[in-house]
Amino acid sequence: MSAAHDHHHGPAKGISRWLFTTNHKDIGTMYLLFSFAMFLLGGTFALVIRAELFQPGLQFVEPNFFNQMTTMHGLIMVFGAVMPAFVGLANWMIPLMIGAPDMALPRMNNWSFWILPFAFAMMVSTLFMEGGGPNFGWTFYAPLSTTYGPPSTTFFIFAVHILGASSIMGAINVIATILNMRAPGMTLMKMPLFVWTWLITAYLLIAVMPVLAGVVTMMLFDIHFGTAFFDAAGGGDPVLFQHLFWFFGHPEVYIMILPAFGIVSAIIPTFARKRLFGYESMVYATASIAFLSFIVWAHHMFTVGMPLAGQLFFMYATMLIAVPTGVKVFNWVATMFRGSMTFETPMLFAIAFVVLFTIGGFTGVMLAITPVDFQYHDTYFVVAHFHYVLVPGAVFSIMAATYYWLPKWTGYMYDENLGKLHFWLSFIGVNVLFFPQHFLGLAGMPRRIPDYALQFADFNWISSVGGFLFGFSQLILVYIVYKCARGGKPASAQVWEGAQGLEWTVPSPAPYHTFETPPDPALIKAP
Amino acid sequence: MLSKAKLWLGLALSTLMFWSASLQAAWELNMPRGVTQISRDTYDLHMTIFWWVVAIGVVVFGVMLWSIINHRKSNGAKPASFHESTKVEIVWTLIPFAILIMMAIPATRVLTDAYDTSGSELDIQITGYQWRWEYTYMRENMDEEEVSFFSILSTSREEISNDIDKSENYLLDVDRPLVIPTDTRIRFLMTSADVIHSWWVPDFAIKKDTIPGFINETWTVVDEPGIYRGQCAELCGMEHGFMPIVVHALPPEEYQAWYAEQQQAAAGIRELAAAEMTMDDAMSQGEQIYNQNCVACHQADGVGMPPVFPALAGSPKATGDRLVTIDTLVNGVEGTSMAAYGRQLNPIQLAAVITFVRNAFGNDTGDLVQPTDVNAYIQEGQ
Repeated sequence: MSAAHDHHHGPAKGISRWLFTTNHKDIGTMYLLFSFAMFLLGGTFALVIRAELFQPGLQFVEPNFFNQMTTMHGLIMVFGAVMPAFVGLANWMIPLMIGAPDMALPRMNNWSFWILPFAFAMMVSTLFMEGGGPNFGWTFYAPLSTTYGPPSTTFFIFAVHILGASSIMGAINVIATILNMRAPGMTLMKMPLFVWTWLITAYLLIAVMPVLAGVVTMMLFDIHFGTAFFDAAGGGDPVLFQHLFWFFGHPEVYIMILPAFGIVSAIIPTFARKRLFGYESMVYATASIAFLSFIVWAHHMFTVGMPLAGQLFFMYATMLIAVPTGVKVFNWVATMFRGSMTFETPMLFAIAFVVLFTIGGFTGVMLAITPVDFQYHDTYFVVAHFHYVLVPGAVFSIMAATYYWLPKWTGYMYDENLGKLHFWLSFIGVNVLFFPQHFLGLAGMPRRIPDYALQFADFNWISSVGGFLFGFSQLILVYIVYKCARGGKPASAQVWEGAQGLEWTVPSPAPYHTFETPPDPALIKAP
Repeated sequence: MLSKAKLWLGLALSTLMFWSASLQAAWELNMPRGVTQISRDTYDLHMTIFWWVVAIGVVVFGVMLWSIINHRKSNGAKPASFHESTKVEIVWTLIPFAILIMMAIPATRVLTDAYDTSGSELDIQITGYQWRWEYTYMRENMDEEEVSFFSILSTSREEISNDIDKSENYLLDVDRPLVIPTDTRIRFLMTSADVIHSWWVPDFAIKKDTIPGFINETWTVVDEPGIYRGQCAELCGMEHGFMPIVVHALPPEEYQAWYAEQQQAAAGIRELAAAEMTMDDAMSQGEQIYNQNCVACHQADGVGMPPVFPALAGSPKATGDRLVTIDTLVNGVEGTSMAAYGRQLNPIQLAAVITFVRNAFGNDTGDLVQPTDVNAYIQEGQ
């Protein structure tokens, strides 16, 4: 009897623990490890790009392979690194934050993870197929991806379908968990912001992933079944593709940043030892950003020749995003103001997030201005902009989260000195990598080119040096996480002096099952 | 003494100026101000928005940095307990909103100007192809000789593969630039024959997608004669990085002379196409055309990059019935990157390159295709 009891409550042994697990912590761990592996793979592709762009002329790769690298780098970083990392954090932390024993739909949780490796194996295998992998950019504009795409495009479409299914299942799970499984006393307006931002993100996912599935299905029909959705020669419309893609694509951008807002909103108050400023306005700002994300998609398409009224609408709507985003940044700064700050690695990453994400926001405002966007569009200025919001934005927030919760996951403190070294090398690397790209874009260098005119040579080699510095610095993170998982100074339940929230009320490492009985409602306080 | 000092000062200053000028060329930090009213308006708008965001950045990051320096635990800072203020929230919602309105007003004005394509004195159609541009000057009456030509990268493959030194305008040179008159309101009509491209000349602040099945419009008036360079801005396949744009802006009289010359040349080509070519002529001209138009996909030795870009060496289409080769060149292959060259090359060029393909790479058919053969095929097709 007692043996059966133990078996039910502890993890299974060997590989079956991971294959059949329905435990949110195991699944969260698998998501995080998988996303980190994809981050290294996508990063390797980026280093191929930066190596080729180190000097003018073609040195290492053919233009066609270069295009496959830019495409795969984008797809893997978006769908393989950033999104699964946030789902992994959601799996680990949402039940702990709201006092729930697990996710609401644990078997679906298992499935939504385990289809991912197959999708990416299929996507990456296209590189070895005859004719090569997708070479039309992660935005896969028709008709380049349909009529003119390589034969492997069909595998790419299938992989995107699987990724979409995985994301939708993950989103349903998050919503069902947050809405149904909060501990008594955990009202909506007492939820940590990470939970709030993920709830809103999950709704975004459910709204737009079907649109992505629809657009790739239309591609599939154009390629194999003789339809002409996007083929002008058959009465179709190549611009329709872009409208559909960006109706998915713009909310997708916020899917990759809203959970980051939640993470930073947890870390800054902890290390400032002061409550988050303007919690309610943070919630409303997140909801406003999510709403606006649905009505700004065509700012990615200012050069397709929309009518003037359309251009003006999308310009004004896009500019509006600066207002709720500004509110968030001001709130973070106000939280730091008159706090009592210390600067452990999570805080360093969080502060870097606020500064560098804001720089990405500034260039975002510049890009919103339609007539000036004609000059920026499809140049390295855009590359610099979205890498600033995604790398020192989304990716830094994930690293901050990793350092912040690693002691809770492993039960040991990570090596603070190595953490700081990793931060400073990443911080310097990322800026050397991406800041010169603003200048390249303004001086006229288009994006997605394997070779360039001589006046772009200097900033390109600087950018490449930064790229290799940033890329190899991530190996330090591999070592830190490995070392921390193996042992170290034992972590207390509280871990951080100023940390608030239910996750710090359970021991470190968090037991395999937590909150089998609801937490004491007195522990639940508004953030 | 004084004059010597002045001399040194002058020398030092001019060295400094020379040095900073050469530095500027390589280390360009900002967008060009350009040579049209719209490009100058765009530049000014860009700088206005830039200074706004710099100002906001100084305030926000300033407060942050001040807090980081002063409100640290190691300094003995005690945390305050405030955590909300509706008043403050309203203030920092309204101030950015007001700033945005101030940005939107000039932006709306410039955009409206850029969209006003009325009153053009010259219309030029720009058609994007994988990977070249076609420029067609719209005629006032259809009896006039049409001026229409393709513009292709003229940087050699040896420069790209680092076998020889790179020229000054590496990757930004074409065989035939677009020629336009200055001080003339020109409307560009833009479309594409295959995938989406984007025609971009920074000095004009024009970037517009060329989309199959659509005709986009934009306009310009160039103030200063000169040579302006740009590139395709929309990923359009393998050679996307290798389809530059070069525009020569000439004073109106010089432009008129150039235009008349082009009309004469177009008439001349029709006469030449009736004459016979020798095998040597065809092979040498054919090789040139091959290296400019075909080599990117089919490769210098004709082995291609199968399966997307098939080999020509030993291909039945190149060694079998000459009509099959002619048809492939003239009409292209639907659903592939093989474009229809019937419009892109004239009959002399077509005959030369067809002859070359049928005899190079060990294809050795010994078959000499004449311009008249190609013309006959084209006319039969119609």
